[in-house]
Amino acid sequence: MEIYLPIAQVTQDVFVLLGIGLGMGFLSGLFGVGGGFLLTPLLIFIGVPEPVAVATSANQLVGASLSGVITHWRRGNVDVKMGIVLVSGGILGSFVGVQLFGLLRRQGQIDLVISLSYVILLSTLGTMMMIESVGAILRASQPGARPRRLHQHGWFHRLPFKMRFRRSKLYISALLPLSLGFAIGILSAILGIGGGFLVVPAMIYILGMPASVVPGTSLFQTIFITASATILQAVTNQTVDLVLALVILIGGVVGVQYGARFGARMSGEYLRVMLAAVILAVGAKLLFDLTAPPGNIYSVAPRLE
Amino acid sequence: MTSAGRASSLVVALFLLAVPAHAQQLVADLTDHLVAITTGFHGAAVTLFGAIEGGGDVVVVVRGPERQTVVRRKSRNAGIWLNTRSVSFANAPGFYQVFATKQLDQIVPVNLRQLNEIGVDTLKLPPVGRPNQDEVPAFRTALIENLQAEGLYGHGTGRVEMLGDKLFRATLAFPPNVPTGTYTVQIFLLRQGDMVAAQTTPLIISQTGLEADLNEFAMDQAVLYGIVAVLAAAVAGWAASLLFRNA
Repeated sequence: MEIYLPIAQVTQDVFVLLGIGLGMGFLSGLFGVGGGFLLTPLLIFIGVPEPVAVATSANQLVGASLSGVITHWRRGNVDVKMGIVLVSGGILGSFVGVQLFGLLRRQGQIDLVISLSYVILLSTLGTMMMIESVGAILRASQPGARPRRLHQHGWFHRLPFKMRFRRSKLYISALLPLSLGFAIGILSAILGIGGGFLVVPAMIYILGMPASVVPGTSLFQTIFITASATILQAVTNQTVDLVLALVILIGGVVGVQYGARFGARMSGEYLRVMLAAVILAVGAKLLFDLTAPPGNIYSVAPRLE
Repeated sequence: MTSAGRASSLVVALFLLAVPAHAQQLVADLTDHLVAITTGFHGAAVTLFGAIEGGGDVVVVVRGPERQTVVRRKSRNAGIWLNTRSVSFANAPGFYQVFATKQLDQIVPVNLRQLNEIGVDTLKLPPVGRPNQDEVPAFRTALIENLQAEGLYGHGTGRVEMLGDKLFRATLAFPPNVPTGTYTVQIFLLRQGDMVAAQTTPLIISQTGLEADLNEFAMDQAVLYGIVAVLAAAVAGWAASLLFRNA
């Protein structure tokens, strides 16, 4: 069954879109990340124009992360204060990001920037996760290993504007989550991601938040950052395809449930190795597309004013 | 072509024949002047039909809405392929197809083809600004070839079918990725290398129904559309979490 997407102005098979949503949701539930970093490249692979894929992923993530945060909220695992600080930085960041996006699009370099950013992000992240999780598996096999410290104290713990985050049991400078949010906001606008796969490690290793509140707080800030990116994309670039977003969301919310149940039966370290492998594979595919000689070196597009 | 369409085209064509012979040498019309793009749109066909008086050959040119179009060329820099050169063309039609009763070069002299832009090679595509003149032909060819690959520009000439020596008919097919807007369908009657009659009829291709409303909403009231998009996604996500609460 085919469906015409009004903003993308292409026809796609509904079941392919639902399948993508289902797969994304499954990964999202399995690994506890939003999946936006895989959704945008997948949409581009099936022929959705890059700008629409980015803006629509952001829109879809609003629903997906809201659906996810409710479960964490009921268990009291959301640090609202930390979330609000992150979001404040994030909204500023997404404003800057959307302007940058429009500028790059007019110059014909947005596809390159999207692909290149993904290659850098995914290969760095995938490698780090692979090293960390394989290390954890090896350590676990050696009895009597020393437990790690909760978090390191670095120069950034001496910054001003200290703020108390009760739920996270932290007393740190507000500048830290604010600039983290700002960076995620820019990435969200340019890449159509919620940033969960960056926020989660940053919360653990840089901010030093307890693992229990990390997924809930990450999803909480994702709702607002992607919502802000969606509205800004709609206003600046008119590239949000609501029909596409809703179809993927339907597949996604079902997939999340199965992913979460499947994940509950597997150990964390092995899950992280698998996620790292998926991330590296997507990054390698994008890198290949950038460096392989293109079938046609010319491309045609309507000129934007 | 549907049987109803065939019947109606025949009726109209017969009616046209009843018009006194000296009135017009060429009369033509489309079965539809509006192609609606709806949810399941996967291309459409419109039938052009008409009648000629006194013999000759028929050429039909279908042109989509014109817009400024940019052609970019990638080249390899530091191992990565990126867009380095570009040329913009002021008014490239978004769709272009030619149909004729015979091979074009047998019925239309070159000067008439160029004057009326009959044939993809005769399209006037003035570049914008002052690009390097040596580069323009390559970009022009790339524009045409890319749009041909997308099915928007015709490869060669489509067929105009003669039914007897007076009636003619052509099926204008549009692919799923056809741009929306106002099209022109030009019909030329040629006799021994002379253009003896011409007619132009409009064709509108537009989104209809929910899709059209959404698109219009997204373009005209972008802020509100963005807010609605966020709320719709939020409601869907919330509803899903309720649905799976006890699952």
